[in-house]
Amino acid sequence: MQPINLTSALAAGKDFVEKVRKASGVDVKACYQCGKCSAGCPVAFAMDYTPRQVMRLLQLGLTEEALKSHSIWLCAQCETCSARCPRQLEPAKVMEALRIEAKKAGFETEDEIATFNEKFLRSVASNGRVFEAGLVIGFNLATVRPFKDAGVAPSMLVNGKLKLLPHKIKGRDAVRRMFEKAEKMEGEHK
Amino acid sequence: MRRTGVFVCHCGSNIAGTVDVERVAKEAAKFPNVVFATDYKYMCSEPGQQVIKDAIKEHNLDRVVVASCSPRMHEPTFRRCLESAGMNPYLFEMANIREHCSWVHPDKEKGTIKSIDLVRKAAAKVVKDEPLQKSSIGITKRALVIGGGIAGIQVALDIADAGFPVTIVEKEPTIGGRMAQIDKTFPTLDCSACILTPKMVDASQHPNIEILSYSEVEKVEGYVGNFDITIRKKARSVDMSKCTGCGTCWEKCPTKVDSEFDMQLGKRKAIYTPFPQAVPNKPVIDRVNCTKFRTGKCGICQKVCPTGAVDYEQQDELITEKYGAIVVATGFNQFDHSVYGEYGYGKYPDVITGLHFERLINASGPTMGKIKRPSDHKIPETVVFIKCVGSRDEAKGKSYCSRTCCMYTAKHATLVHEKIPGSKSYIFYMDVRTPGKGYEEFYKRTAEEYEAQYIRGRVSKVYQKGDKLVVRGEDSLIGRPVEIEADMVVLANAMVAREDAGDLARTLGISYDKDNFFTEAHPKLRPVETHTAGVFLAGACQGPKDIPDSVAQAGAAASKAIGLLSKTQMESDAIVSNVDESRCSGCMICKGICPYKAIDAKLITERVGGKMAERQVAAVNKSLCQGCGACTVACRAGCLNLLGFTNEQILAEVEAVCL
Repeated sequence: MQPINLTSALAAGKDFVEKVRKASGVDVKACYQCGKCSAGCPVAFAMDYTPRQVMRLLQLGLTEEALKSHSIWLCAQCETCSARCPRQLEPAKVMEALRIEAKKAGFETEDEIATFNEKFLRSVASNGRVFEAGLVIGFNLATVRPFKDAGVAPSMLVNGKLKLLPHKIKGRDAVRRMFEKAEKMEGEHK
Repeated sequence: MRRTGVFVCHCGSNIAGTVDVERVAKEAAKFPNVVFATDYKYMCSEPGQQVIKDAIKEHNLDRVVVASCSPRMHEPTFRRCLESAGMNPYLFEMANIREHCSWVHPDKEKGTIKSIDLVRKAAAKVVKDEPLQKSSIGITKRALVIGGGIAGIQVALDIADAGFPVTIVEKEPTIGGRMAQIDKTFPTLDCSACILTPKMVDASQHPNIEILSYSEVEKVEGYVGNFDITIRKKARSVDMSKCTGCGTCWEKCPTKVDSEFDMQLGKRKAIYTPFPQAVPNKPVIDRVNCTKFRTGKCGICQKVCPTGAVDYEQQDELITEKYGAIVVATGFNQFDHSVYGEYGYGKYPDVITGLHFERLINASGPTMGKIKRPSDHKIPETVVFIKCVGSRDEAKGKSYCSRTCCMYTAKHATLVHEKIPGSKSYIFYMDVRTPGKGYEEFYKRTAEEYEAQYIRGRVSKVYQKGDKLVVRGEDSLIGRPVEIEADMVVLANAMVAREDAGDLARTLGISYDKDNFFTEAHPKLRPVETHTAGVFLAGACQGPKDIPDSVAQAGAAASKAIGLLSKTQMESDAIVSNVDESRCSGCMICKGICPYKAIDAKLITERVGGKMAERQVAAVNKSLCQGCGACTVACRAGCLNLLGFTNEQILAEVEAVCL
């Protein structure tokens, strides 16, 4: 294993740590690596770096490794970590910020999850809330598994848990404006 | 026929849970000479003691056995109880049926049988007990403090303020110790000298304090309250009564020597005071390096001295003084890390220790407070700190944590950040331990506001690359090796005992641990006392300590010494060795065995064959004897007996259990 040249890594990573701080409001340098986030994380078992390790990668200036990690996509945003962090650091927000940066850099290590996120947001943008049937069909077609989870559809339909047509909310314009504004702000960050 | 009372304690459920205490009392009532036996929930409580007192009166008892816990805690309690009931307190025995029985045996039946045996043993011994009397000794109301660092100074000031004369014996030419070498103190970043030097001056001007600098304790005789101490006043080559400390001599001295005070980073003269605020501010001649002493030529200092104080003929002087109490405050040394070849100390001049760093950053230090690396006087931009150098390393160093390094390293990193704009500090650590008031906050500030990069892992290698030192370690939090190109490396060396601590301990007759730190009498409840009565401990000579802890311990040691000195007479224990002079052959083997120097020869006159003849026998000084019993075993004639534990008493116990 090649040693990390900390002198150059830290210098190179300094701006990125600042970027994460601006985007998420979290100063990753303040993390004291206790590991409570990772201990409570329900998806840590599937991660390549635990949430604590993701924070440490950023502290050491290993930006690319953090952006290429699977963990940032596997994070379910349940915010257990954020609720329990003794330093009040909200690792979940860091994960979110890292996903945005990874997408920009073209490191979508978990493309299915990236696709799902994309479809989900598009559905909310056009309907004002998510249209489950449309999202599932769209996601299945995009990932070329058209009948994935199709078996649960009939009973969900019968029980009223799934609708065939989108339920459009009243304030769709307001939601659309929120998306537009967010996209514009995104542009400013670049 | 003796009248013995036996009192069996339940100790709540501590004893009664595993031992049938009622049965023990019933059985005890049948033992010879036992006229009364009972049990009670807590024998040591006020009502418990009343049970004993009432029984003594009612049954006219002349011997008492309490079957309860270890005598360590409550033997004095019950002795006082007997005394207040009008009995001699030594007509008493304790059977330990808690630590020796209930706490270590799960089986109630067997535990009960063993308890009965233990009580039988005590009941057999108590019959042989004789009334003993405590002796008392006078006290010399003066204290000796060995070591003039911050702990010693504080002890001296506290005892002197209480009205007792104190002598500080300091082996260096000035008091002040390690704290004088330190630049700033954590976590407040107070200037160390600014808070220390006023105390040094207070000590030197206090009417009750005498400072013997450049002096060492040579011999300790006597005992608590009455120590005879021989002090060697090393030849200073300067007449203290004539010298005014004007400084002409050291200005003119042509010989330059590496300064010990500045950790060899700066120079001093052959006639010198270690630092400008020295107390006493009067120089000494370093005879090893002085040209006059080496070649016989020079003598400049003597020529320039306006008061004629320089005296090349001066000799060491031995003085013997009496003291009632001794406080040892000899401090610590820095761990010698030359065993860590991998850190490149000695090979790379820019690998330095914490104390070197203190001198580098000190405004009156060799670089006038500018942090310059020793090799080329360049100002370092990247500084790597390595913690636990010698601490927590059983292979090459010490097993213990030195307690201060985490904090002084954080302080150093803070000072680097403050003094060198654009600099970066890296700190390799295993754990960060900050258990003092305001310490964790200080560490947090160092890491966050002063941007010190903490890396969890031990450094395994430092090597030169160009004009950089490459430091290789592992970030064990991410599990990957890391490298840093540093300009300077600072090692956080462990605090270790003074190299001559063992010698001093033997001189004083106090014990020391595997690391040569002096041992306190009890790790929790008697932290400033030693096993030798009248000798107390303060500061880092007892174990690694920072300044606040040293000062606190100094106050505690002072209060113990004051407590001793405030008495006019002191009682000593009655359990001492006793000589049967009629059988003593005067061989004096016991004298060499006695660890407390309590036995000496004396001449007695006796009638032999109708004539008076003089004969040598052993005599025990009852004040000095600590009742250890070593002499009783060594005595070939068996004429030495430990009162309270005589051969007869021990045999009575053995017979009670074995026959």
